[in-house]
Amino acid sequence: MTELHEATVTELGERLRRREVSAVELADAQLERIELLNPELNAFLRTTPELAREQAQAADERLARGDAGPLTGIPVAIKDVLCVRGVETTAGSQILRGFRPPYDATTVARLKEAGAVIVGMTNCDEFAMGSSTENSSYGPALNPWNRGRVPGGSSGGSAAAVSAGLAAFALGTDTGGSIRQPAALCGVVGMKPTYGAVSRYGLIAFASSLDQVGPFTRSVTDAALVLDAIGGHDPRDSTSAPRQLDVMGQLEGGVAGLRLGVPREYFEVEGIEPGVAASVRRALDVLEEAGAKLVDVSLPHTEHGLAAYYIIAPAECSSNLARFDGVKYGYSDQTMGSLLDTYLRTRREGFGPEVRRRIMLGTYALSSGYYDAYYLKAQKVRTLIKRDFDEAFERCDAIVSATSPMVAFPLGSRTDNPLAMYLCDVLTLGGNLAGLPGLNVPCGAADGLPVGLQVLAPQFREDVALRVARAYEMASGVMTEVAPV
Amino acid sequence: MLARLGLEPGEEDFYAEQLAGILGAIERLQELDTEHIPATAQVVEVRSVMAEDEPRPCLTQEEALANAPAAEDGQFVVKAILEEDS
Repeated sequence: MTELHEATVTELGERLRRREVSAVELADAQLERIELLNPELNAFLRTTPELAREQAQAADERLARGDAGPLTGIPVAIKDVLCVRGVETTAGSQILRGFRPPYDATTVARLKEAGAVIVGMTNCDEFAMGSSTENSSYGPALNPWNRGRVPGGSSGGSAAAVSAGLAAFALGTDTGGSIRQPAALCGVVGMKPTYGAVSRYGLIAFASSLDQVGPFTRSVTDAALVLDAIGGHDPRDSTSAPRQLDVMGQLEGGVAGLRLGVPREYFEVEGIEPGVAASVRRALDVLEEAGAKLVDVSLPHTEHGLAAYYIIAPAECSSNLARFDGVKYGYSDQTMGSLLDTYLRTRREGFGPEVRRRIMLGTYALSSGYYDAYYLKAQKVRTLIKRDFDEAFERCDAIVSATSPMVAFPLGSRTDNPLAMYLCDVLTLGGNLAGLPGLNVPCGAADGLPVGLQVLAPQFREDVALRVARAYEMASGVMTEVAPV
Repeated sequence: MLARLGLEPGEEDFYAEQLAGILGAIERLQELDTEHIPATAQVVEVRSVMAEDEPRPCLTQEEALANAPAAEDGQFVVKAILEEDS
């Protein structure tokens, strides 16, 4: 029988319902494993044993009553940018050290209602800005497959936790690839839903027109289960779409007859590693043998998308992060005379280098003399990106490519060069600019490190992306494995 | 200054150099002719909706102030920004 820490959400749910294991036993086993492995991996910034045991006891009562859903009693890790009531939530930043939210994010509240058991808060790049988790002000998380390498980012702690068997699933957020890219680098399934499909209420905002919450899991079916639980309309998020997703319906439908678009620009981007391209090509062969029809498509503005993203995201962040003023919550330095001194000293001590860079970049792009040249221009290019995808989806049902151009890279190898770090997102951020659902599914290895296949689908067609990924899982026999830690 | 980051002189040069590099890469947007292209701020169709005008539970004053660095009489303490006339 699979070890508890290796089992999928689906398997654990069955074992809980058959009473082979209790939710309390499962939570204790998970917390014990975290205690053993986390000091080195740094995937969790803090664990929540009391909350976990309390929720596990409640889950056992539901299981005894026969009132359990698919997530009841299942251990979950939460990225440190999603508010959990009463639990320190810092966005990986010094400026929120000690902040205990007075309310739950909607996604967290929905997981609690579903009976999931929260085991801790996961490490991430500060305010979700980064692609390696090295921008966390609490030290980087490490890749469970090779501890000299990054787990990706910004949701690197969530990806590492699921990869190392420290949680059965996790929540992350994706603004330019921050779920899909770390999922690729850690060899797990990660999904960014359509913009508006999952509530952003209680998500500490980075770039509000791009941010989405989504799951990390060890199987495609699990991703669908979690999405089903957290998705759907929320009146507290004004951009939340008033519709319910049907993610389970077509899951086992296979790819026979589906047209999968292969964007040539995505195989020619700067820095794409030959081992990654080869693994992804093999995955496309598997899908073709399973009955999919591969069609060439073009996304001509791919590289301009990177430039547009690095105006739009910083612009939105500079505005969102203006709220950290040392007055309402979080770190505050009031030692000097004026209110302006409080702002300056609080923000100087509270924000790390990448957050500062983006605030400066965004403030500059939004300033009156440069607004048209930068921000407005980037928004127009966003229209072109969206049109590229609209045209591509006239010819195909889903788009397939690598998720990350590179496998997990050595710690410290990109930190001195912000532009080299930004290139990590070149294949994922188009999905955010166009608001599309996208996921990563593991598709083998290069140089002994995981490679991920990205599937992008039209807006609100999560079902198509999941169906393609599930078909790949079945046809390839490549199942998500727990890293040998 | 606009960003209120409190940078020190040495840091200003460090960031100026990095940001110049990033802006250089971003410059390539100017290659594209976007004169007749509308701007996109929001990619999913949304409509303005009105909330029902009815009272709902919300945070108590105590909860809202629980994380405040300084609170007094149920309010956030903010330093004075106007000089008192003497």
